[in-house]
Order: sequence, then C-alpha cells, then structure tokens
Amino acid sequence: MSLSLLVVVLLGLTILGYYLGKSRSLALAGGKIRGLHSLPMFYGWYVVLWCGIPTLLLFGVWIAMEDWVVRSMVISELPEAIRSLPADRLGLVISDIRNLAYGNIPLDKADPAIRPVVDHYISLRQTGTAAVWVVCLCLGIAGLLYGRSRISTEFRARNRVENAANILLIISSTIAVLTTIGIVLSLVFEALRFFASVNPFEFVFGLTWSPQTAIRADQVGSSGAFGAVPLFVGTLLIAAIAMLVAVPIGLMAAVYMAEYSGPKVRAWTKPALEVLAGIPTVVYGFFAALTVAPFIRNAGESIGLEVASQSALAAGLVMGIMIIPFVSSLSDDVINAVPQSLRDGSYGLGATKSETIKRVILPAALPGIAASVILAFSRALGETMIVVMAAGLAANITANPLAAVTTVTVHIASLLVGDQEFDSPKTLAAFALGLVLFIVTLSLNIVALRIVKKYREQYD
Amino acid sequence: MQNGTHNDLRQSEIEIKMVTRKVGVFYGEKQALYDVDLDIPARAVTALIGPSGCGKSTFLRCLNRMNDTIRDCRVVGDITLDKLDVYDSKVDVVQLRARVGMVFQKANPFPKSIYENVAYGPRIHGLAENTEHLDHIVETSLKQAGLWKEVGNRLQESGTGLSGGQQQRLCIARAIAVAPEVILMDEPCSALDPIATAHIEELMDELREQYTIVIVTHSMQQAARVSQKTAFFHLGNLVETDDTRVIFTNPKDERTQGYITGRFG
Repeated sequence: MSLSLLVVVLLGLTILGYYLGKSRSLALAGGKIRGLHSLPMFYGWYVVLWCGIPTLLLFGVWIAMEDWVVRSMVISELPEAIRSLPADRLGLVISDIRNLAYGNIPLDKADPAIRPVVDHYISLRQTGTAAVWVVCLCLGIAGLLYGRSRISTEFRARNRVENAANILLIISSTIAVLTTIGIVLSLVFEALRFFASVNPFEFVFGLTWSPQTAIRADQVGSSGAFGAVPLFVGTLLIAAIAMLVAVPIGLMAAVYMAEYSGPKVRAWTKPALEVLAGIPTVVYGFFAALTVAPFIRNAGESIGLEVASQSALAAGLVMGIMIIPFVSSLSDDVINAVPQSLRDGSYGLGATKSETIKRVILPAALPGIAASVILAFSRALGETMIVVMAAGLAANITANPLAAVTTVTVHIASLLVGDQEFDSPKTLAAFALGLVLFIVTLSLNIVALRIVKKYREQYD
Repeated sequence: MQNGTHNDLRQSEIEIKMVTRKVGVFYGEKQALYDVDLDIPARAVTALIGPSGCGKSTFLRCLNRMNDTIRDCRVVGDITLDKLDVYDSKVDVVQLRARVGMVFQKANPFPKSIYENVAYGPRIHGLAENTEHLDHIVETSLKQAGLWKEVGNRLQESGTGLSGGQQQRLCIARAIAVAPEVILMDEPCSALDPIATAHIEELMDELREQYTIVIVTHSMQQAARVSQKTAFFHLGNLVETDDTRVIFTNPKDERTQGYITGRFG
C-alpha cells in the first residue's frame, strides 16, 4: 500500500471521472451534442478538475507535512536524556531511528533505549499512509460525484474549464517569476552578509584580490584582500577580445547569409553556424586550454614574445568563436527584417549591392545589430567554463592579452569548490561577485531589449 | 480629360526615348509578358493601364532592369534607350539606373534625414563636386518635387516622419536628384489620399517638360488626366497603344473598350 500506488489509483480515478462526466452530459442531452452548452469533452474535464485538484492539494500537503508531524511525535516519545540533547545531536538520533525503521541498519544493532521508539516510528508511518489512502480516495470519489452531479445541459462547463486552464497558466508564470526573485534575493542577502565584514568601497575599488581568511587568530599569511578590480579588468579584457573576434565575423557572416547567399546555401550555413551555439562550453574549454593556448604560446615564443601558458588571448579567441552565432543569427534576422522596398529604392537609384548594404541596410538594421552585440557581450561576461579551463586564476591588472588574467566567473567557481565554511567572507565573496555580474548582465539585457523594441516599432 | 487637344502628341514633334521590341518576361518556367512592342515618347507621360496581374509592372521594371534583382526572372527581346541596348552585357546596370530612375508604389524613404535621402543618389554617383553643390542639388530636387516649402527648414529631420504624400514626393525628389532622363513610376498614388494624389499629378505635369515619365496606374481617371500616351495591357499582352485621347474616346480593341468602360478589370 505504498504512496506511489495511491498516485496511480488516483490517476485512474480521474480518468474514470473524465469518461463519467462526458457520458453523463451526452446522456442528459439524449446523445445530441447540439443540445449541450459545451462540447462533451469539457464536461469530462470539469469532473476531472473536481476529482483531481482537491486530492492533489491534500496529497501535496500530506507529503510536505508528514515528516514534520511524525518527527515531533517521535521526539515526544524519546527518553528525557536524548530529548534534551542539542539540536544537531538530536537530528542524528532521528536519522538513526529513520534508518533503523527502513532497515538500512539492522534492527538488532539498535540502542535498546530507542528500540521502542523505532517500533513506534514504523507504526506511525503505517497509520499515516493508511490514513492518506482513505482520505484521498474519499475526497477523490466525493469530488467526482459532486462534479458529475452539477452537470446539466445548460451548465457552462467550457467556461469553467477554460478559467481553470487560465489559472494554471498564471500559476506557471508566477512560479518562473518568483524563482527569479528568489535567486536575486538570496544573492542580495548573502552579498549583504559579505559587505558586513568587507567594506563595499574596498570591494569595488580595491586593486588586490587575495581571498584568504584566517581560520585561527594567529595564522601566518592569513590577511585577505577583497579588491575585485583585477577580476573586473580580467573579465572585460577577455570579453573585449571575444567581441573583437565575434562581432566582425558574426556580422559579415550575417550580411553574407542575408544578402549574398542563395536560399540553398543559406539553408545550410545558418543551422551550421547555430551548431556552434550548441557545443557544450566545456568542450570549448578544453579546446582553448589544450589546442589554442599552446599554439599561441609557441607562436609567440617563435617571434620572441613572452606568452603565459594560460593567456587571455586564448580564452578570448575561443569565447569569441563561441558567441559568433549570437551575433550572426540575430543580425541575420534583423537584416532580413529590413523591408525589401528600401533595397528596391536604393537599387532603383543605381546603387550597387555593396553601397545598398553599407548605406541603407546596415544603418536601418543598426539598432537590431547593436542589440545582438550587447546580448553577445553579456553572454561573454557570464561565460564560465572556457575561462575556468583556459584563463587561469592569476588576478592581474593588465591590458596585455598575452598575460594570464582571471575573471569574475572563474573566482565564483573557485571560491565555492572544495571544503569551505559557508559563513566566511571568502565564500560570501562569491555571492557579492555574482551580484555584480548579475546586475551588469541584467542591465545590458534590458538595454538590448529596449533597443530591439524601439526598432520593431519603426517598421510596424 | 481636360485640355484634350493641348495634351495631344503631334506626329511631327514626336521624339522617341525608349523602344521595346518583342519583350517577353519569364518567372522560372512561367511566362508573364509576351512580345511587347512599345515606343515611349520623350518628355511626355506614358501611362500603362490594365487589370491586376496583366504584366504592366513587370514591363515597367524591365525598363531599368529592376527585374535583375528577382531570382529566376528572365527577360527576352530588345529594349533600347536612345539607341543603347539596355540588356547588352556591356551595359552597367548602375549607370542605366542613374539614367532611368524609379518611384515605387509604396513610398520607401530611407530611415535617414530628409537631406540624406535626397543626397543619397548624388553621393553614390559622385555627382556633387563639393558640399555647396550637393546642398544645391538637394534644394533644386526638393523644389522640383514641390516639397521645399514644406520641409526646407527641417532637412535634418527623419524622412520616415513625413506624411504619406510628402514621403512619396520625397522619393520623387530622390529620383530627380540623380538627374535621370526617364522616371518610372509604379502606381505612385495608390497609397495616397485624393489631395496628395492631386499634388503628385500636378507634379508629373510639370516634370514632363524635362523628363520622360512612364507611369503604371490602376486609376483610369489618372491615366486620362496625366498622360499623353496610354498602353493597355491584358494577360501579359500589350493589347493597344495610342494617344491617351484616342484610347479613352475611340479604342479600336473591344477589350480596351471593355476595360475603360468598366465592364471588367
């Protein structure tokens, strides 16, 4: 009599409800669909709603509450000596009891003091399951009968069902929005905790990044510095290199696809370019670290330049290739959206193809192209895997693309990897960095969306 | 049909600007135009009329090779502009279109300033020696298009912000600025209200002193008002062509008569 079986049974009940509702409506109308307010299907769905939703809610509440209820009942059963233990020790005892009850630990190894409690725990769980079976089934059947009883030929089932569908859609979008808000709030609060121990001014303007905190008061080399400027500079340097690669290539590819290539070539090149966006970034990462970085290093050394083995150039180049499709695909779309009449107007005046593209089409598509570039840039700022593998950890302030730099995302990743205390400034710094990154990319995206919106209005 | 006699083309004065012989157009396998023989008189308005899909716009677009921009479109036959074979492989289509300008059905100003719209053609053809000269070309073109009074003091505003009729006159100014010999107009008034239409019609009447104009129109009243010569197209054939006065008073073909009296079309 497990809970998963109950779910199957309830599902069967709702399907039964659908057919009962449908056949009931048809029977009331004497088999003539025209005599009903709504199609029979809607009466079926109406019964499904009455049968399914209350049981679903009850079941959900039960799943959420069961553990807490059983736990508090078990604790009250425990001997006084155990009950007065501190909270974390008590938690261990409870999880012991749970493991004993489920047979993960053989019962004969149990402490005789908690042996009766384990038995009590098992019986509580069984009673609980039986109770939820009975209640859910009763509720389901009651709902089914009630829903069915409300059906009449004039009953507006379609409107009710569509209302319910409407509410479902609202709930779904609310969940998405609330999740985003939740993420932002958690970022903000953790960042605030960080700023309680590190001066925000020092974080934003400090020139040294050395996120160490002392574990013991007298530890040597424990002084930390949380100046994030080297990270910002490194991020901007790599993103700038990536844009230098992606914008010209992406834009020219877009112009070729939109203006020069025939429909057959375009049908191949566009998806082929978009495949670049589908390659996992970790693959780009080892391509950057194992192929591009050594190549750049060897090439640099052969002409007498000093190149770090993890250079900003290698990471930036590969990241640039990764974001080419962001630029090319969006730009291709906006160039195609430039009305044919503008092209005709320009050709009609005797302009050549390249004059038309340079002087009419690109200026007309410029807002959209700018938006695509901004979106690609915000993508480059947030990219993690390539830089983790190819850019290294050295927090240098430099504009030299051959030197090793590091980025905000690399440090967020490295701060949270491994054994860390989650309340030290060292780990909390990750949230502060994340907040900065989030604010920057969010504002870039907002700007890009506004530009696109304005551009659309121009041609509608 | 005011001033019918005044608008007539006296045989002795006729100078032919463009000649087409056996012109046919194919879109892929489908033939859209059959054996069109038409003489286009210089410094006059020639109207192409006929029901939708009869090939009059297709024919118009042959005259400055705008059909080249359409994939799968093939033109056969001979078209000459002052003895120059338009479809000769030696002809540069860019220079041809500088001589044969075009105004489209829907006003299509570039999303640039009014000034830049008119200056576009002179710039790409290198017609202006310096800025003052360019200013002068822009001003004369706008004056000829009858737009100077309305926009002369706001040349830096966007061309797309003008009203529909103003936009169309801006497009005419843009075409004039290149100093073409022939101006092709593809239903230039079909998206305009009657007042803006009247403006453009007056303008055509003034422009024909200097330019050869070919206009495609769906309005027979318009053809009768502005043109000196009319060609009636039907199902891809040139059915009849003559002085406008003759076509509208005494057509020889019964299809022409049927169309202008409104029995079909």
